[in-house]
Amino acid sequence: MTALAGTRALAGLAFRRDRIILLAWVLLAGGVVASTASSIRGLYTTLAERQQYAATVGANPASAVLGGPGFGLPNLGGIIVAEMGSVLLALVAVAGILLVVRYTRTEEETGRAELLGSAAVGRQARLAGALLVVGGAELVIGIATSALLIGYGLPVAGSVAFGLAVTGAGWVFAGVAAVAAQVEEHARTAGGGAAAVFGLAFILRAVGDASAAAHTGGFLPSLSWMSPLGWALEVRAYGGERWWVLALPLTVAVALASTAAALGTRRDIGAGLIRARPGRSEAWPSLASAWALAWRLQRGSLIGWTAGVAVGAGVFGAIAHDIRDMMGADTGAARVMADLGGSGTLVDSYLAWVLGLTGIAAAASGVGAVLRLRSEETGLRAEPVLATAVTRWRWAASHLATAGLGIVAVLVASGLVVGLVHGLRGGDVAHELPRILVGALVQVPAALVLAGVAMALFGVAPRLSSAAWPAVVAALAIGQLGGLLRLNRWLIDVSPFTHVSRVPGHEVTPAPLVWLLVIAVLLTSAGLMRFRRRDLT
Amino acid sequence: MSYAIEARGLVKRFGRTTALAGIDLAVPAGEVHGFLGPNGAGKTTTIRILLGLLRADAGSVSVLGGDPWRDVTVLHRRLAYVPGDVSLWPTLSGGETIDLLGRLRGGLDQRRRAQLVDRFELDPRKKGRTYSKGNRQKVALIAALASNVDLLVLDEPTSGLDPLMEHVFEQCIVEARQEGRTVLLASHILAEVEKLADRLCIIREGRIVETGTLSDLRVLSRTWVEADLAQPSNGLARLPGVYDVEVNGSRVSCHVETDRLGPVLRFLSDHGIRTLVSQPPSLEELFLRHYRAGTAAAAADGGLR
Repeated sequence: MTALAGTRALAGLAFRRDRIILLAWVLLAGGVVASTASSIRGLYTTLAERQQYAATVGANPASAVLGGPGFGLPNLGGIIVAEMGSVLLALVAVAGILLVVRYTRTEEETGRAELLGSAAVGRQARLAGALLVVGGAELVIGIATSALLIGYGLPVAGSVAFGLAVTGAGWVFAGVAAVAAQVEEHARTAGGGAAAVFGLAFILRAVGDASAAAHTGGFLPSLSWMSPLGWALEVRAYGGERWWVLALPLTVAVALASTAAALGTRRDIGAGLIRARPGRSEAWPSLASAWALAWRLQRGSLIGWTAGVAVGAGVFGAIAHDIRDMMGADTGAARVMADLGGSGTLVDSYLAWVLGLTGIAAAASGVGAVLRLRSEETGLRAEPVLATAVTRWRWAASHLATAGLGIVAVLVASGLVVGLVHGLRGGDVAHELPRILVGALVQVPAALVLAGVAMALFGVAPRLSSAAWPAVVAALAIGQLGGLLRLNRWLIDVSPFTHVSRVPGHEVTPAPLVWLLVIAVLLTSAGLMRFRRRDLT
Repeated sequence: MSYAIEARGLVKRFGRTTALAGIDLAVPAGEVHGFLGPNGAGKTTTIRILLGLLRADAGSVSVLGGDPWRDVTVLHRRLAYVPGDVSLWPTLSGGETIDLLGRLRGGLDQRRRAQLVDRFELDPRKKGRTYSKGNRQKVALIAALASNVDLLVLDEPTSGLDPLMEHVFEQCIVEARQEGRTVLLASHILAEVEKLADRLCIIREGRIVETGTLSDLRVLSRTWVEADLAQPSNGLARLPGVYDVEVNGSRVSCHVETDRLGPVLRFLSDHGIRTLVSQPPSLEELFLRHYRAGTAAAAADGGLR
């Protein structure tokens, strides 16, 4: 067992270093479970209400995209799983990916692993320690989920099954990240690769479940079985649990961990299995300004965000056409939809809701691009640039410009894809494309406000820059759950996306858009002005 | 005399800690100026103020005749900086980084760039993340040395370089001086400063404790003298400025304050010198004298508490 020597010490170190972050993930997951369970329990008190939910939302391909196949309907537990399943699974998957990459590849990249590798630490100890800590955290999340659901009076068997299913999905993506961290030399690429696997898993399950709900027949419904996210729902919590399905994520997670361990023995520390290709010995003549550098550094993630969000939005948009057939005009589902997407026709409110989600995604891309300023500063790569003839203003503005460009690119691409897909299915591209594109573009000012928040933090309180991420999550939560949880109006108004016109379905009201733009400009200017006067850290 | 760098009474505090407690620094144009001090003495903080990356809490500073906080664009076209801890963009190759930094500074000499890549034996095609510490240092050095600038600000530039590359670096600095450039060379490697610097200053706990040419500083310190004498030599210890006298038969040795050497040599020749060895104080001794004094004072402080 010499290969594993030091595992406990390394796991202990990771736990000590990140106990706050680990606790935050567990609390976040617990918060999602508790808030959804309590509000659903209050909303659907009678059997008739639950049956109506099952008949409308449950049988509808559009809601199957997020809600899954709805096996546990019309039980209360089934509704809860349908409402929060995707969010919770995404949360454990993302946590698993971020943390495993952080404990493995990031450690190698910074050279800390080398320091420890020279001590009495086994070859596999780092990987084993990472999986121990992350796997443990996922298990705690699963147990907390089960315990909370039992606490809200749901059946024990279903609650345990769902908790284990959540843990299983988390383990699979921890394993995916472990393999990616062996293959890729660079933490950012490893995380991106694992995130792409998650995206693919989501799309497979979404298409599979939507096809099953639409009774397409053929092989499409079986796509859900190719996705770890599908397995978590195929366990059928609260719908006659199929315990054997839990063996799937367990087997795959173990297989992935062993693969990562096997790959780890075949490479040098710090190296990847994919060798970095050599670059140019001289720069292109165009690489001669702060703008060119910012574009060079950000173009990869900008293209990734644009393509990823556009594809995701396309999947959602493709089924908009079926909404009309699947939902009655005045059902609970339609009311929920109107809550999210505005009170136009059902299809229009669904489209407006999808475009609202792309707005949040665009904001996330913008925040990521702005926060590159901070990672350049703390990574000591800002200093050499600012010691040349580049002013602080120009340096910051170059990254801000890429952030703005990214936001517009994500929304234009999403608007075009959704407009084309939906228009083609309805046979009326000329009518659908322009109004859907407008629905995407009205999101731009709100997304810019969140990017502005990131810039203001970077200038005024650089250490707290990453607090811009919770702001994005809060905007998402307020938009998606604000109505359901009957949040205070004042709180709902805090999110910039609350003030965006729900297009299509409503007219564009320009005044709030102008106000949002003004706020974005003010936040950005405040950040810029403060940054020009503060010390570089 | 025109100064490339002139700082008076620089003070910088970070929260409650005082990093600089009144730095005075004057570097005449065309000089290689050694800036000596151990880690944490305030070298990097001083440099970051000179570059306008930090703002001083008190004091005045002028670099190439301008204000480093306000005249960023103009000044930074005329200076190049090599940080002590070089961090490169992981996805850019070394060659790209050299060109980029040079161009952001306002252009670099292509012929010199090629020569330097050759002399430092750098593979410019590798990506930033694959370079070792020494190679990252080479990238930053080449980018700085290939730029047409008046002032080079180098913060521990040879850390991570092997001895062969250190030698190449030393040649480059000698050439830079011949071309009339000013060099501020922050270092804790005494041999390097001893070899390259025209003048130097020693910084300790945020203050300049010594400044001057190496021989100026040597005068302030003691020379070690050993002689074999024909006649017994009582009374050497009574001469002013003489310390640690050791007599071993006909051999005597002592430390002498360098400006008191004359009377000592006269005394010795009166006693018939057979052999004479005299050793000027090394920079290391100068340096240690200041720092030992510092730690002794600190220990005394600690003892009082």
